[in-house]
Amino acid sequence: MASPNDRKYTKEHEWVLLDGDVGTVGITDYAQDQLGDIVFVELPAPGTAVTYMQKFGEIESVKAVSELFSPVTGEVLERNDGLNDNPQWVNDSPYEDGWMLKVRIADPAEVDALMVSAEYETFLETAG
Amino acid sequence: MSDAGTLLRTPLYNEHLKLGARMVPFAGWEMPVQYTGVIEEHNAVRRAAGMFDVSHMGRYEVHGPDAARSMRYICTWDMTRLELGEGHYAAACNEAGGILDDVYVFCLDPERYLIVVNASNAPKMKRWMEEHISKFNATLVDRHESTAMIAVQGPQAIEKMGGEFVRSIKARRCAETDWRGYRLFASRTGYTGEDGLEFVIDAVAGPDFWQELLEAGVVPVGLGARDTLRLEAALLLYGNDMDEDTNPFEVGLDWVVTLHDGEDFLGRTALQELRGAELSRKLTCLRALDRGVMRHGHQIRFEGEEVGTVASGTFSPTLNVSIGMGFVPESLSAEGTKFEIDVRGRPLPVEVVPRPFYKRPKKSK
Repeated sequence: MASPNDRKYTKEHEWVLLDGDVGTVGITDYAQDQLGDIVFVELPAPGTAVTYMQKFGEIESVKAVSELFSPVTGEVLERNDGLNDNPQWVNDSPYEDGWMLKVRIADPAEVDALMVSAEYETFLETAG
Repeated sequence: MSDAGTLLRTPLYNEHLKLGARMVPFAGWEMPVQYTGVIEEHNAVRRAAGMFDVSHMGRYEVHGPDAARSMRYICTWDMTRLELGEGHYAAACNEAGGILDDVYVFCLDPERYLIVVNASNAPKMKRWMEEHISKFNATLVDRHESTAMIAVQGPQAIEKMGGEFVRSIKARRCAETDWRGYRLFASRTGYTGEDGLEFVIDAVAGPDFWQELLEAGVVPVGLGARDTLRLEAALLLYGNDMDEDTNPFEVGLDWVVTLHDGEDFLGRTALQELRGAELSRKLTCLRALDRGVMRHGHQIRFEGEEVGTVASGTFSPTLNVSIGMGFVPESLSAEGTKFEIDVRGRPLPVEVVPRPFYKRPKKSK
């Protein structure tokens, strides 16, 4: 699955899709493939503050649990509660149905520093 | 034994690469943890037929007039009772009654037995058996690297494999035959809670045998699903559920300790004393009552107080909830007792359930 070029990426394999000052956050196809079958996703409730590069939640596969690091600083507006009963959406549709949070971003310029899809693809080739 | 950093490869290694398996180190071997996905592979075994490369497990034959007696001496169960073509599960203990390994022994001939041990304990058990079998008129023959072993498991396993040989083997029985000029061993045993056979074949014939099973529609399954399957069936994993500081009675292995034949065996004196004595801890089946996954090492709390630890834990694809086995005081091991597991600082409520978590449906004849 190629990384969509409408969004930005982090080295922690997360993406941010910006719409004004609201960013939708999720993990990449590479990340879901590495994690394996997801069984639980632990996300912060609306109203919670998130900070760039700090842990905001956990994602658990059959074999192991991994931390989720926020690619942005701001306040959680919405959480994808559909993942409670359907954690497999993260595996099956990491860029669409598997979205995790919608965040009101304090400083949208912060997202400029993240990688575009071509940079992220290069990053995967060299790091993987 | 591999030197530091070099992993051993089974005769089927290239088959796993061809199938795009994700390889991981396990007990000194490079093994497939998954091919397509743990849950998909798990379900293939529960619903159809899956196969595991278990060549990494230790395989040794014991030859000689005292083969049966030497096996009885190594194991807690009286292996002299085995009929021709019969097998049985047992523990092998040290003189303190601590479990060195859990094993399976088969009687191939009156003077030829096969013992299968865990991959993680193969070097230890080989040395242990060589030392003790030397006291008998019997010899140990190492068949580990000269053979491949494949476990085919699932409700459709027998049907997909077909043939008179496959259909003729009854539960816990084994037989040998010829396959394209190679000796093939098969036993109606397994580690998943499903029906099926486990095969041992000469290493050089392993890949072709694996191919034939693939063509019969058997799905390759990795170690990830092997663990979720065995835990649903409440089967033990050495290293997680027991070690040399565990005795058979603490982990529900009372049924593989036979003392009434009066014959001496390694650990007998200690086990004689331990049997009937109060257990300081008991391995108990736990099922989660909320979201979250219990895992090895997590603390178990009863009414706020730490009372034990999780030995094995995972997410059960069949039950869609976390399951595990943990050590708790015997007085708290009754069905329905509720605990809290400390999962990375968050409490996960669980309750004691009877074993196994999953039992395969009875076959209608």
